[in-house]
Amino acid sequence: MLVTNGTKKDQRSRWASGVIPYKDMGYWRPDYEPKQTDVICAFRVTPQEGVEPEEAAAAVAGESSTATWTVVWTDRLTTYENYQGKAFRVDPVPGTPGQYIAYIAYDLDLFEEGSIPNLASSIIGNVFGFKALKALRLEDMRIPAPYVKTFQGPAHGIVMEREMLNKFGRPLLGATVKPKLGLSARNYGRVVYEALRGGLDFVKDDENTNSQPFMRWRDRYLFCMEAVNKAIAETGEIKGHYLNVTAATMEEIYERAEFAKELGSVIIMIDLTAGFSAIQSMARWARRNGVLLHLHRAGHSTFTRQKNHGVSFRVLAKWCRLMGVDHLHAGTIVGKLEGDPNNVSGYYDTLRLDRVEPDPSRGLYFEQDWVSMPGVMPVASGGIHAAQTHLLLHYLGEDTVLQFGGGTIGHPMGIAAGATANRVAVEAMVQARNEGRDIFHEGPEILERAARWCKPLRQALDLWRDVTFDFQPTDTPDVVATPVF
Amino acid sequence: MHLTQGTFSYLPPLTDEEIRAQVQYALDRGWSVAIEYTDDPHPRNVYWSLWGLPMFDVTDAAAVMMELEQCRKANPNLYIRISAYDRSKGRQTTALSFIVNRPAHEPGFHLERTDFADRQIRYTVRSYAANRPIGMRYRDDG
Repeated sequence: MLVTNGTKKDQRSRWASGVIPYKDMGYWRPDYEPKQTDVICAFRVTPQEGVEPEEAAAAVAGESSTATWTVVWTDRLTTYENYQGKAFRVDPVPGTPGQYIAYIAYDLDLFEEGSIPNLASSIIGNVFGFKALKALRLEDMRIPAPYVKTFQGPAHGIVMEREMLNKFGRPLLGATVKPKLGLSARNYGRVVYEALRGGLDFVKDDENTNSQPFMRWRDRYLFCMEAVNKAIAETGEIKGHYLNVTAATMEEIYERAEFAKELGSVIIMIDLTAGFSAIQSMARWARRNGVLLHLHRAGHSTFTRQKNHGVSFRVLAKWCRLMGVDHLHAGTIVGKLEGDPNNVSGYYDTLRLDRVEPDPSRGLYFEQDWVSMPGVMPVASGGIHAAQTHLLLHYLGEDTVLQFGGGTIGHPMGIAAGATANRVAVEAMVQARNEGRDIFHEGPEILERAARWCKPLRQALDLWRDVTFDFQPTDTPDVVATPVF
Repeated sequence: MHLTQGTFSYLPPLTDEEIRAQVQYALDRGWSVAIEYTDDPHPRNVYWSLWGLPMFDVTDAAAVMMELEQCRKANPNLYIRISAYDRSKGRQTTALSFIVNRPAHEPGFHLERTDFADRQIRYTVRSYAANRPIGMRYRDDG
């Protein structure tokens, strides 16, 4: 029994007043066969010393569904068997003593239709601070098809985005304006113009580019749209700038989004810090108004990065697809930010595929059927550059936005030249891949060949070729694959 | 100006051998290939004229290259693109689309600004070539 550190008192009736183990309250059900309509979660549980894993799993099931710390007679007014979370399996994590993967099934009745705030409050609302556990991590979540169908999903999705932009067959290219703070609106627009005319498809506000004293949002929008339209006229291609509409209140968010739409922007962006409700609202707005919605995952690493505690990014990716964003930053593998190659590949599949099969080597615990919900375009951003193009295309595929921020704006010949170098690198690599070349191994040679006729690419390769960010990732799949449910 | 629509517009013009390789890549993946041409390269003009129907049952790029040759002969000074279409579930859209012929001279686009309230500007992009009637665009005398 948890409160007395694992030593049970006498056997008592399930309904006697007082405190009894969660296991004995119906939250541990090793015989339970999950239903097709259940939400199933995989938790990485690290119990306190003396707490047996089954009891820890039952406690998680209880605290994330109906239970409180003591017996309440009012449970008997309900069909409590239906509403109780059911821990039905616990596996030790191979090679990591003290950690277990607990599988818990939740009846669909526990969740409000189409509400990520409700799903999140249910599953991660209280239980992560539970004293009987040293640490707890939500690794994955199987969202049943009937529940998927209660969500809007991406405002437009990958297919519609490509048709809207009239761009096919290659990764899209973007860049975040740098420096992200301090530029006046007029200078900021200059960066947007140069990058777009040089060959990028998108330029982007950063997560904290909102409305500060040195640049108010309305001025930024006006100068950016001048830049976007000028670049469209010079290239004959559709271009966009992600105008960040994040603000303190929904009223202000709507005001900024409406203005972006009036100016003809094809895309706006919102930050994860705005909250799940704000994101769901903006996804509806984006669908209604024909504007793409980019989500910057600002703040996610505070809860996704540590392997033993928090929420895995693959769960957040699922929630974002359900909430209805069109773009989501999902890692680069080769860049400056955290991202184990196998995990990142799992995130990309989760965002893009219609059906994802379980694969423990990539951290995918469950199959996930998206029942035709459109895919989210994953965005690779943070410390990537043209010399890595072959690796990016190899690992990430072509339905992605490659954002070279410093790799565009830091080019010695200027921003437009930096953009051209990136665009040439991507097109040359796609061409070579389609011709059957082994780009993973021949990539550097393919880039060298293109650099013979493209001076901006020559300079980019000379400058950045040897820049890598080779650190051990914090969040990796278990070395010995955890058994998959 | 140089119109940069399409998958490979930043590369030097593709040779016929390079075009054939891309077409074969598309056919090998089960995509149907279509040839389209236009005298109106506005970025939002998505419906270029089809040169015949999309080639649904072709498996050898040689057949596409023959059609391309015919299309080029008929429209030597217009934009021609090859588009590959993926009909698979969840895609059902264009998978690859690249320009294989362009006018000798590309006059580009005029950006028209119309002042509006509160420092706002309404933008219109207009192709210089499309100022002339259909059939008169991209001719040597223009």
